[in-house]
Amino acid sequence: MLLDNNRRNPSGILPSEITPQALFEQRRTVLKAAGAAAASLLLPAQAYAAQTLDFQKSAYGKEEKLTSFEDVTSYNNYYEFGTGKEDPAREAVLFKPTPWTIKIEGAVKQSKTISIEQLMKLAPLEERIYRMRCVEGWSMVIPWVGLPLKSLIDWAQPTGNAKYIEFISYNDPRHMPGARIPVLDWPYIEGLRMDEAMQPLTILAVGLYGKVLPNQNGAPVRLVVPWKYGFKGAKAISTIRFVEQMPHTSWMKAGAREYGFYANVNPLVDHPRWTQSSEKRIGAGLFAGRIKTRMFNGYDEVGQLYAGMDLQKNF
Amino acid sequence: MAWSLRLSALAPKACIRWFKAIIWLGALVPVLRLIYLGVSDGLGANPVEFIERSTGTWALVFLLLSLSITPLRQLTQQAWLIAVRRLLGLWMFAYACLHVTSYLWLDYQFDWADIAKDIIKHPYVLVGAAALLLTLPLAATSNQCAIRMLKQRWKSLHKLVYVIAVLALLHFWWLVKKDVTEPVIYSLVFALLIVLRWPLFSKK
Repeated sequence: MLLDNNRRNPSGILPSEITPQALFEQRRTVLKAAGAAAASLLLPAQAYAAQTLDFQKSAYGKEEKLTSFEDVTSYNNYYEFGTGKEDPAREAVLFKPTPWTIKIEGAVKQSKTISIEQLMKLAPLEERIYRMRCVEGWSMVIPWVGLPLKSLIDWAQPTGNAKYIEFISYNDPRHMPGARIPVLDWPYIEGLRMDEAMQPLTILAVGLYGKVLPNQNGAPVRLVVPWKYGFKGAKAISTIRFVEQMPHTSWMKAGAREYGFYANVNPLVDHPRWTQSSEKRIGAGLFAGRIKTRMFNGYDEVGQLYAGMDLQKNF
Repeated sequence: MAWSLRLSALAPKACIRWFKAIIWLGALVPVLRLIYLGVSDGLGANPVEFIERSTGTWALVFLLLSLSITPLRQLTQQAWLIAVRRLLGLWMFAYACLHVTSYLWLDYQFDWADIAKDIIKHPYVLVGAAALLLTLPLAATSNQCAIRMLKQRWKSLHKLVYVIAVLALLHFWWLVKKDVTEPVIYSLVFALLIVLRWPLFSKK
């Protein structure tokens, strides 16, 4: 029977096995619909990234030459998306920074949450052009858009027990390939002393170059503390906790000898790996050489925060 | 199998010529690529780091390739392979020189005070510098004349390549910040090349 069938039908396919045309076409519609659904999943992220922000200019860094948007968004340290500098720009494409809420907890009158939209209304958004010095010996000049961290602290109403603030970054191994590898103790934790957090230079950035923050730069909200090494700037902040004890940050856990809690830019405190007395400015070109690193990255006004402290010990 | 059969069918001299041509072509690709990327603005946000990384990696690759000749000879029974080892070693030296030049010139603009500080204060730079210094006598005695003059001592001298390999690997281990994947891979290859030498020693 089978043999007979095969003789007449060289493909060996029984007529009963052939999918009816109607069903076949229906399958195409289903696939198309699935494709559209997938595309709509991507859409909010793209629409989010295209948003331009309403902000005021500020006097900070007017004299500085900006690092190009391309360099700022393609050379990133964001280990949740991989340890290579080019990894975050590639791996964070599908990351969805919206909807987003930040948990406020610890030593506060009342634990609460704040959405990114509410946060952006706490204070008028400002452009702050800041130098960013990475502990690895390179630096950029970035036009951030954000608001003083102080405005969130005021809104959060910390109690007298709040001596430090702990920033906990979003961590989702399903969507963050780097977070599947225990290269750091996840989630990423950073911290500031209360007076550092209240310092007017300290901002929560929600954008750069006038647009909302690209995913690889820490969307939707990240910390920027321009007188400290870049790793202090926790990205994609999901929880802000007011605490009494100095937070034990991810990099302190990774190497206490190399990364201190304060991590103030300091050309006099050398790192076991990298020269801290000079830096390479990203985008300056192949033959530009290095520039001298300045104490507190040139933000001298923060010096008073550390009056009387031994900065060699408290690095 | 077929490959080794065909190789042995060729005269060793022809094999050597072909192998050398392949090594030359392969060795020129990374440096030509860097030049191309340099002129076409393709070296990324941190071009100096890109060049330092690339030349350093290729120096290490050629070092491991030169160390692979002895076990490869043993495994394939192709004695003529020894004739291409010097070329691999010299390409290692060439890339190490490019690596150091990019560090001294592009990175530090020959600022000798800063360079001295960097070498003294940072262990990874120190072992890297030591590795480079040790390659100098090897490169200098890589010619036929030196081999004839030094005789047995030449062999002992060139055992330094193992010290250089260990220093170069340390240089890599100490330089990475947290992700040790790459140094682990290169160290494993080095370990394998050492292990493959044990039966050889016992044969002597």
